[in-house]
Amino acid sequence: MSLITVQLGQCGNQIGYELFDVICNDLHSNGLCPQKENGLYQAASKERFFDEHKSGDFVSRAVLLDMEPKVISQTLSMAANSHKWRYSEKSQFSQKQGSGNNWANGYYVHGPKYKDCILNLVRKEAEKCDRLGGFITIMSMAGGTGSGMGTFITRCLRDIYPNSLLLNEVIWPYGTGEVIVQNYNSILTLSNLYQSSDALLVHENDILHKVCSQRMNIKQISFRDINKVIAHQLGSVFQPAYTADGASHYSRNPLGELMESLVPHPEFKMLGLRNIPQMSEHSLAYSTFTWHGLLKHLRQMLIANAKMEEGINWQVQLPSEVTTRRNFLTADLQFNKSVANLAIFRGKDTESASPQGFRDPALYTSWLSPDNSFSVWKTPRSFNKYEKSATLMSNSQGLLKPLDSIVGKAWNMFASRAYVHQYTKYGMEEEDFLQGFTTLEQIISSYSTL
Amino acid sequence: MTQSIVVQVGQCGNQIGCRFWDLALREHAAVNKKGIYDEALCSFFRNTNSRADAGGADVQRGRICSLKARAVIIDMEEGVVNEILQGPLRDLFDSAQFITDVSGSGNNWAVGHKLYGGQYRDQIVEKLRRTAEQCDCLQCFFVIHSMGGGTGSGLGTFVLNILEDEFPEVYRFVTSVYPSAEDDVITSPYNSVLAMRELTEHADCVLPIENQSLVDIVNKINQMTNCGKLGAVKPNSLVTSNIGGVKESEKPFDAMNNIVANLLLNLTSSARFEGPLNMDLNEITMNLVPFPHLHYLTSSLTPLYTLADVNVPTRRLDQMFSDAFNKDHQLIRADPKHSLYLACALMVRGNVHISDLRRNIERLV
Ligand SMILES: Nc1nc2c(ncn2[C@@H]2O[C@H](COP(=O)(O)OP(=O)(O)OP(=O)(O)O)[C@@H](O)[C@H]2O)c(=O)[nH]1
Ligand SMILES: Nc1nc2c(ncn2[C@@H]2O[C@H](COP(=O)(O)OP(=O)(O)OP(=O)(O)O)[C@@H](O)[C@H]2O)c(=O)[nH]1
Ligand SMILES: [Mg+2]
Ligand SMILES: [Mg+2]
Repeated sequence: MSLITVQLGQCGNQIGYELFDVICNDLHSNGLCPQKENGLYQAASKERFFDEHKSGDFVSRAVLLDMEPKVISQTLSMAANSHKWRYSEKSQFSQKQGSGNNWANGYYVHGPKYKDCILNLVRKEAEKCDRLGGFITIMSMAGGTGSGMGTFITRCLRDIYPNSLLLNEVIWPYGTGEVIVQNYNSILTLSNLYQSSDALLVHENDILHKVCSQRMNIKQISFRDINKVIAHQLGSVFQPAYTADGASHYSRNPLGELMESLVPHPEFKMLGLRNIPQMSEHSLAYSTFTWHGLLKHLRQMLIANAKMEEGINWQVQLPSEVTTRRNFLTADLQFNKSVANLAIFRGKDTESASPQGFRDPALYTSWLSPDNSFSVWKTPRSFNKYEKSATLMSNSQGLLKPLDSIVGKAWNMFASRAYVHQYTKYGMEEEDFLQGFTTLEQIISSYSTL
Repeated sequence: MTQSIVVQVGQCGNQIGCRFWDLALREHAAVNKKGIYDEALCSFFRNTNSRADAGGADVQRGRICSLKARAVIIDMEEGVVNEILQGPLRDLFDSAQFITDVSGSGNNWAVGHKLYGGQYRDQIVEKLRRTAEQCDCLQCFFVIHSMGGGTGSGLGTFVLNILEDEFPEVYRFVTSVYPSAEDDVITSPYNSVLAMRELTEHADCVLPIENQSLVDIVNKINQMTNCGKLGAVKPNSLVTSNIGGVKESEKPFDAMNNIVANLLLNLTSSARFEGPLNMDLNEITMNLVPFPHLHYLTSSLTPLYTLADVNVPTRRLDQMFSDAFNKDHQLIRADPKHSLYLACALMVRGNVHISDLRRNIERLV
């Protein structure tokens, strides 16, 4: 099954490049596993992400879209210079000037104007797949192209491919000091994507930045460093894995199985991701891990809503675990409740990795049976230089705080109608903002009352 | 990539314009050693070499000779324009780009706006259209003028009206030089007020520059140069410096005008060159203009003088971020510490990492 990646705007294109680069490098490594296993893995990975030309070239299954030319031309040449893989020359579309951080410009102007051309590129890419498994779009929420046009294109994909799955990778802006209108753009993106996407997988720049500085020990952090972390996270989900115990072949429908595991109800489709371990190659060489230790940490990261393995609050506990009096006091610390979780284990001795701790019904909302709330994927094949690695994808309350913050800031601005004229200029109405707010309030309330 | 056109009006506009073109060439020469007509050059320059399909340009003795500035040059007297035509930058322009008269507007806004406006309207429209037709995606007009005289102030704002009528889709950024308190033009307060009404109505964004601020900055830099306190700032990277340009002899306003030219170059650099977090010109108004008509953007530049603690790169960088909010670095006489910002953008050029930005944003917010 093949996946088509749609890279949108500066952010989407820069991340898309790193994703294919990580996948391609991983695909060509020995993966610390038997050759036969590695062969199966490589074949499955290749089918998902690359079209292998007769010449032996690996051509990524991607469509590159931006409203300005600089980022795409840079991205194309970086891929070509890797000499391992490249983009297809024909699957890119760019224009002369960006959307100027204006969601309305992307959604109401650029989207409709270039729709036919773009969908044509997507269709051609889809025709190259023997079996199309769905679309992954990568976009930021803060700008104008990724967010506005990305939302529009998602809607079009939904109309044209009603039976294909759509996962939107959304890059959450830094909380402060970025695009001034980012909260408006984010509200409009999230509320509209919620209508057409199957799920939104959120990547928070603030957290990724911390991962780079605290876990990877990078002193001078660039977007490339941050994007490599995202690429690693995405790869750890989408590289092949066995989705059922004793399965004889790698999952043929990763997006489908992912949605089935994580999105049981259309009201809940905001996904977050945690992975462990995360460290520089240098430290990795001096570390050993046990599955027991890794999973213990990963579980507490989930419960305490820690998004990386640094600074986990071990005081937060499930109510069922609160036994002693001392713990009783800390029971007030709210734990992070989930709708569903999916754990993915890769590497050595995965058979000894026991996910029992994630099956505790207390972790989950009561309206879904615990059996349906948790799934595990595994492969003995290691990923991206990590001998063992675990990834947890969650549909949980973990994003309430950033959501609340965006809605709050956007409301503050909207109260004085600041910047609204910039949007109405491109055909939006105040009513559209209000609808966005209502949709998000609804999402927040649903997750809060899990 | 997009293109921009500079419309320079009146003595001040043209003198600043001249410095802009000189420094723009210097900037491109520094990064474009082979003299290739690339996308970055294309934003302010057109290539008249007809064989230029493969990015070729006439290169003679290491200089591209086939470049023409995307500019419309307007003055109602001939002095400054003649200097351009006889000066080292003359090859950058052809006669079709000029509009001149002989008598000037006599520091009278009404003469510039009403009299010459009516008289020259058709010519101005015609030249603007021609220049616009040479662009394949025209994004922005940069109007440069002074507020205090008659031509720049009066005719300059008349041009702004024309631009709005003829090119409603194209952004109008206006660089306006405000007179200093002891300005020698007696009518400059009238002219400024009359011009300002037009700027409020018809510009997308105005970058007000106060001559007194430019004078203060120049004086401070000279003072520091004279007593050898410049520290890490090299003489030829001073914002006031002509070094590296084609012009060796300095005229009175040159140092001041170089500051303005640098402001415009820095403002547009992210749209012209590649970077990990690009900024397009349309993002400026989108983020900095929260309400219609509130489009006056004050600016500051840094580094200008010496930077403390030159040996620690991060400290030096952090100092730059602080200086951007220091009153001695503003291009109008205002103290940010005692003012309220509606919105504010930091544009960073050079070897700066996202982590440097984050560190400083967290420090300053
Ligand atoms: N993680 C990450 N974030 C990025 C990157 N590039 C931009 N961003 C974020 O994306 C947001 C800005 O959106 P862009 O992707 O630059 O905007 P765009 O989609 O190109 O839209 P316009 O430029 O407005 O046409 C900000 O929140 C940035 O922090 C990147 O390479 N990695
Ligand atoms: N910064 C700077 N200010 C200048 C320059 N030339 C003139 N000025 C200022 O501009 C104002 C006078 O306007 P000018 O631009 O000389 O007048 P004009 O637009 O040519 O109009 P008329 O001479 O009346 O036809 C005064 O405030 C001067 O201080 C210059 O080269 N640089
Ligand atoms: Mg962009
Ligand atoms: Mg004059």
